[in-house]
Amino acid sequence: MSDWKMVIGLEVHSELATNTKLFCSCRNKFGGEPNTNCCPVCTGMPGALPVLNKKAIEYAIKMGLAVGCTINNYSVFERKNYFYPDLSKAYQISQLEYPLCVGGGLEIEVEGKKKFINLDRIHVEEDAGKLIHDNTGTMIDYNRGGVPLIEIVSKPDISSAEEAVAYLEKLRETLLYVEVSDCKMQEGSIRFDVNLSLHKEGEPLGTRTEMKNLNSFRAVSRAIKYEAKRQAEVLNSGGKVIQETRRWDDEAGKTYSMRTKEDSQDYRYFPDPDLVPIETSDEYIDSIRKTLPKLPQERIIEYQKLGLTEQDAKLITTERKNADYFEAVVSLFNEPKFVCNWICSEIFKKLNSSEEIDTDIQVSAENLAKLLKLYKNNTINQAVARQLFDEMWKSDFDPEVAVNERGLAQMNDTTDLEKILQKIIEDNPKATAELKAGNQKTMAFFIGQTMKATAGKANPKLVGELLQKLIN
Amino acid sequence: MDYLKCSLYEIRQMLENNEISSVELTKLCLDRINSTQNLNAIISTCEEQAIDAAKKCDQARKKGEKLGPLAGIPVVIKDNINLVGTKTTCASKFLENWISPFNATCAQKLIDAGAVIIGKANMDEFAMGSSTENSAFGVCRNPVNEDYVPGGSSGGSAATVASFQSFASLGTDTGGSIREPASFCGVVGLKPTYGRVSRFGVVAFASSLDQVGCFTRTVRDSAIMLNVLAGEDKKDMTSAKILVPDYEKSITGSVKGKKIGIAKQFFSDALNNEVRANIEKAIKLYEDNGAEIVDIDLPSLDTALAVYYIISSAEAASNLARFDGVKYGVRAKNFSDTVDLYFKSRTQGFGKEVKRRIMLGNYVLSSGYFDAFYRKAKKVQKIIRQEFETAFEKCDVIICPTTATVAFKLGEKCDDHLAMYLNDIYTVPVNIAGLPAISIPCGKVSNGLPVGMQLIAPHFKEETLFNFGDFYEKHAKEI
Repeated sequence: MSDWKMVIGLEVHSELATNTKLFCSCRNKFGGEPNTNCCPVCTGMPGALPVLNKKAIEYAIKMGLAVGCTINNYSVFERKNYFYPDLSKAYQISQLEYPLCVGGGLEIEVEGKKKFINLDRIHVEEDAGKLIHDNTGTMIDYNRGGVPLIEIVSKPDISSAEEAVAYLEKLRETLLYVEVSDCKMQEGSIRFDVNLSLHKEGEPLGTRTEMKNLNSFRAVSRAIKYEAKRQAEVLNSGGKVIQETRRWDDEAGKTYSMRTKEDSQDYRYFPDPDLVPIETSDEYIDSIRKTLPKLPQERIIEYQKLGLTEQDAKLITTERKNADYFEAVVSLFNEPKFVCNWICSEIFKKLNSSEEIDTDIQVSAENLAKLLKLYKNNTINQAVARQLFDEMWKSDFDPEVAVNERGLAQMNDTTDLEKILQKIIEDNPKATAELKAGNQKTMAFFIGQTMKATAGKANPKLVGELLQKLIN
Repeated sequence: MDYLKCSLYEIRQMLENNEISSVELTKLCLDRINSTQNLNAIISTCEEQAIDAAKKCDQARKKGEKLGPLAGIPVVIKDNINLVGTKTTCASKFLENWISPFNATCAQKLIDAGAVIIGKANMDEFAMGSSTENSAFGVCRNPVNEDYVPGGSSGGSAATVASFQSFASLGTDTGGSIREPASFCGVVGLKPTYGRVSRFGVVAFASSLDQVGCFTRTVRDSAIMLNVLAGEDKKDMTSAKILVPDYEKSITGSVKGKKIGIAKQFFSDALNNEVRANIEKAIKLYEDNGAEIVDIDLPSLDTALAVYYIISSAEAASNLARFDGVKYGVRAKNFSDTVDLYFKSRTQGFGKEVKRRIMLGNYVLSSGYFDAFYRKAKKVQKIIRQEFETAFEKCDVIICPTTATVAFKLGEKCDDHLAMYLNDIYTVPVNIAGLPAISIPCGKVSNGLPVGMQLIAPHFKEETLFNFGDFYEKHAKEI
């Protein structure tokens, strides 16, 4: 295996989160009772005609721009002709010769090593329906038929399963950043095809196999590892890899031959005469460019300038909603590092412990900024800050009002605190002796007692200082 | 008074003057369809719907409501046009029992204009043919002489108007399917510019060439029909966003100073002498009335037929792939797997000509042949289009025969496919270039069969066709 080099190209199908389908006005939504969300157009009734949803083109261009593609001013929908029951017209409207976006790429990082993965193209096409099998036979649900997809095709620049996963993660992150797809793998709104071949350094490329419709990063990683090993075994034993499509069986952890090149389909592509070429002016493309959010790579550099570590900057930019939130809080309370620490600890803890997959941050940026300000300027101590944050997460409120109404401000008055401490020292001679002897663990006991006596409002730092003064 | 023999324009006035009610007129037409059943022009009538629509029209007229331009007038549509509640068979066994769930835009426009749709016209299966002999529901006969074909593919639509069953009808024209039958049956047949009339709801044969048009007994009627049919449709991306003029007003009664282009390629030896003589007389008439004759050159015209059969078959193969036995139409009873289901259903559902075109289309699109056929045909199409555009720099209208010969006998060309295909040599180039054209009756030959004259205009200049056509129609008896 060791001297074989993997050459991998990935095709990523991602459903676009438009309101309606690509060529009709049916809602673009997941699920629903079978065949309740379709019409003469997406079920291929005789005489029905497609009408392009311009929003899908806008979304595809947005993604293209985010990954540095050139957007073609002229692109064409073609018909990919093949028979399959889930394909209502017996052709899929897709793009071949003139795709919407070409070129571009993105940088990945594996074990500290950076690498640029080039894209071949991004094109727009429609999704097919779904077959449902049960013991009475096979049925077809056309609800998904006609949902807009983009197919993102990489160049064969990927050389390992780890790189493939890093690439897919980056791609998913970008799709979510530009908000063109919800990327819900469990709903199949993002799916992957893997093309893989082996060769030796300096030698021509080998014969590739294709594994279609993988639906998780884990499956992609396992399929690559399995298929590379299988091909290496074939080659090492003097055999030849056959160009074919192979099915990945996730349970068995194996690939199986589906069809070879000889019996592969001839799709007989030709421009769809029902649609006109898509003409996108530079002005239009620029207007979409203006709506692009700042992307992670840009934000990571910016955040580091604000004083965040690279690691924190990466962590907080993984998802756009967190980065946007971070920026919103910082715009109100200019303590980036302090804000970042709170988000990465307290907020991520909440998000990760939530049972729902896509929980939103429950505290408004305004209220978090206020809370952190109160904490930072010692109006409240950490315990109170956490307590309030917990309550705000459940039901958001203005922490300034709560601190005033509930008298939660920290006790910073030394005379009052001294009186309380004096009493605690008198009541606990044994502990006092230990503290005097230098046992710092007893300090916690004293702080605890003080908090108890002050309903948690004492400034712990001040308590420590006063205690040292009193016992000496 | 023989109401049925009136033009659409005349009957509209009679309806307006309450000389006859729409219900009475509709019944007369339905009776006429019954008494001329031997023509087999109609696949199905929609009596109930029609009488109901006629009643509503009569009531509205009584109340003095504002009525549409076709109010109360019985019309027929070709059976590849969807109309809710009717079977849209495309003259194919495959869709024998398929009921339209939605209206085609052109059908909806007729309804909105107040027309009473009384039936669906016979045709060549999926509009593939030039004689209406390829109908799964029997051949249609030419009303002028029943031993002869009415032309095709819109043979039923031509025959219904020629036999006074209806006042106008809709057809579709992909390579001559309106103009050729109009010529054979002695009526006016209009094929508008590609994109002028919405194709939404019309079962596609070749999407880039198909165009909805109409049959009428006069040129003015044709203009009235196009006024109703034309216009952009948001449901058809290939429909044109170009303003629709009032076509009836384009009839000026004069051709003085206008230029008529004559291409030698349209008057080759293939042209029947009697047909040639009639067309030449018509041209002379225009010349005598102040029109100027200019020679034009269309050197690539002889390639149009090949281009047509490549492009139309390619698109047809793809358009007809949806008829797979899965969702609607014929489903074979016994099948072993899905491939067998497709194979058997399509074998049983489609007629021979349709199968021939599907095979041809898949062949020209298949890898290894695509560049040599489909791509080359698209290139030649551009050249033909350019040649017409150059020609129209020198003239307002091009005149030629609609067909090289008059109607042929039933069965005469059934086994000679090339002869059948050659029938379309004068009409096909117009579709290849996307131009508007009209066929108007131009006398008869010695056996009594009508000749058709084809007028071709630049893109979206249907007005020119109506003006020239109407002029000839009014002055023809002077010849």
